Amino acid sequence: MRKEVLEQVKAFRILKNSIRDSFKSVFRNFSLSIASVLCTTITLILVAIAIVVTVNVNYVTKSMEKELTIVVYANRDVTDEQINNIESSIKKIGVVDNVEFKSKEEWKLEMKQYSETLEVTLDNLDTNPLLDSFVVKVKDVKDLAPTTREIRKIDGVESADYGEGMVEEIISAFNIIKTATIGMVIALIIVTAFLISNTIKLTIFSRRSEIDIMRLVGSSNISIRLPFVFEGFLLGVVGSFIPMIVTVYGYFILYEKLGSSATFSIVELVKPFPFVFYTSIILLVIGALVGMFGSARAVRKYLKI
Amino acid sequence: MLGGSIVVMKFIQIKNCYKVYKNGVTAVADLTLNIDKGEFVFVIGASGSGKSTLIKMLYREEKPTRGVVQLGGINVGKLRNRTVYKLRRKLGIVFQDFKLLPKLTVYENVAFALECIGMKNSEIRPKVLKALEHVGLKDKIRSFPNELSGGEQQRVCIARAIVNDPKLLICDEPTGNLDANTSKEIMEVLDTINKNLGTTIIMATHDLDIVKRMKRRVLVLDSGLLSKDYEKGSFRTSESV
Repeated sequence: MRKEVLEQVKAFRILKNSIRDSFKSVFRNFSLSIASVLCTTITLILVAIAIVVTVNVNYVTKSMEKELTIVVYANRDVTDEQINNIESSIKKIGVVDNVEFKSKEEWKLEMKQYSETLEVTLDNLDTNPLLDSFVVKVKDVKDLAPTTREIRKIDGVESADYGEGMVEEIISAFNIIKTATIGMVIALIIVTAFLISNTIKLTIFSRRSEIDIMRLVGSSNISIRLPFVFEGFLLGVVGSFIPMIVTVYGYFILYEKLGSSATFSIVELVKPFPFVFYTSIILLVIGALVGMFGSARAVRKYLKI
Repeated sequence: MLGGSIVVMKFIQIKNCYKVYKNGVTAVADLTLNIDKGEFVFVIGASGSGKSTLIKMLYREEKPTRGVVQLGGINVGKLRNRTVYKLRRKLGIVFQDFKLLPKLTVYENVAFALECIGMKNSEIRPKVLKALEHVGLKDKIRSFPNELSGGEQQRVCIARAIVNDPKLLICDEPTGNLDANTSKEIMEVLDTINKNLGTTIIMATHDLDIVKRMKRRVLVLDSGLLSKDYEKGSFRTSESV
């Protein structure tokens, strides 16, 4: 029992010493520490840019996808009962999210507001030439085509269209953009991991005699690795500070200039809060983890007996 | 009267030990020897005779390919990589190239060995000062290695090796980088440690003058084989290796 307690006290002391040594070592090997921090900073800024682009592209494509609808026109001589039947038949289709009815009278009123010519023309006609319609939204853009085909079969439906051809092109373009940006983020994270790990490897290479001595005087592998892991953590965290600041300030400026401007109303950016907060946390976590694992990986090479 | 014989466990037992490197070179072949507690043993032989391999097998930097290397009852060859540190805490190792940390003072270099094993600061200080006193460097505790002579640096290395009161001190050509007078001083330090502290010392060396002067047990290795084993004082000036 006493032996176990002593071992725990020793382990705690080794942990305490490791943290102290990691701080000391950062300053003792100052130029190499600066190199690691700069490397982390630069790559994490790239990661931050990639995250901002990816999230916003996804946001824009999602909001554009929401705008894609099926416009259904009923036959000219359709009765109120048939209108109700059409609406309930559309609603029965599982993938339909929302159905909005617009009567031909509503259309007429709306069109009359567009221009005086239209108003005069429509008023002079004996009958309303417009058709009753439904605007149908589906849960997923992939369901647009099959749903349209299904709706066309419903009795009393004159036509159903969703912009065939063009919509497919837009969707496939969105998918390519999404995949490319996500791929870019993943690739950048991997590159960051390698760059940081290699910089730390250089630091450790210059300190291999220290590791050698530690091994020879009886340090356990874990107590050799710990100070380096803490050091990697420290460098990773310090290296992610500037990217975090750049993300917060940069995104607020970008949002003010692009996202909220009426000139670019088509580009609607994700609101800065809490987006920048989460992105900063992600950068901090990537910096810390990559620093820790990079160090652990690099030092392992010198621990093989 | 007892009918059977009493088997006395030797401090170091090496039995039919072989070491064949990956490139096919046989560094040690069928080596069998015993060393008692408190002995001072020299290992001599030409370059490539297997001295360093034998030394490295003792502190488990190398594993024997075949045979047994036993140290204080521990089969060193069977130790797992992650438990080797436990063995090394019981040993002191001195190298030809000192292996001191240039950015640490003399005191810190010696204390480093104890910090690494998680010893309390209050326990470290008296032990370090005692070890430095043994090697005659108590007045240089604040100096850095580059401010010391070669002999002084080696004495720091010895102090670091004995600071944890090891049962065995392994020295791999500790005088290899030193002149004759300084080598003599280092040997006096090692002799005192052996006599006063009772530490078993195994020292690989090329320096026959030292071996002849010290009059201790001498193991001669030749192409990985133990060619001669001279008892204490029996190695003569006239004998060739």
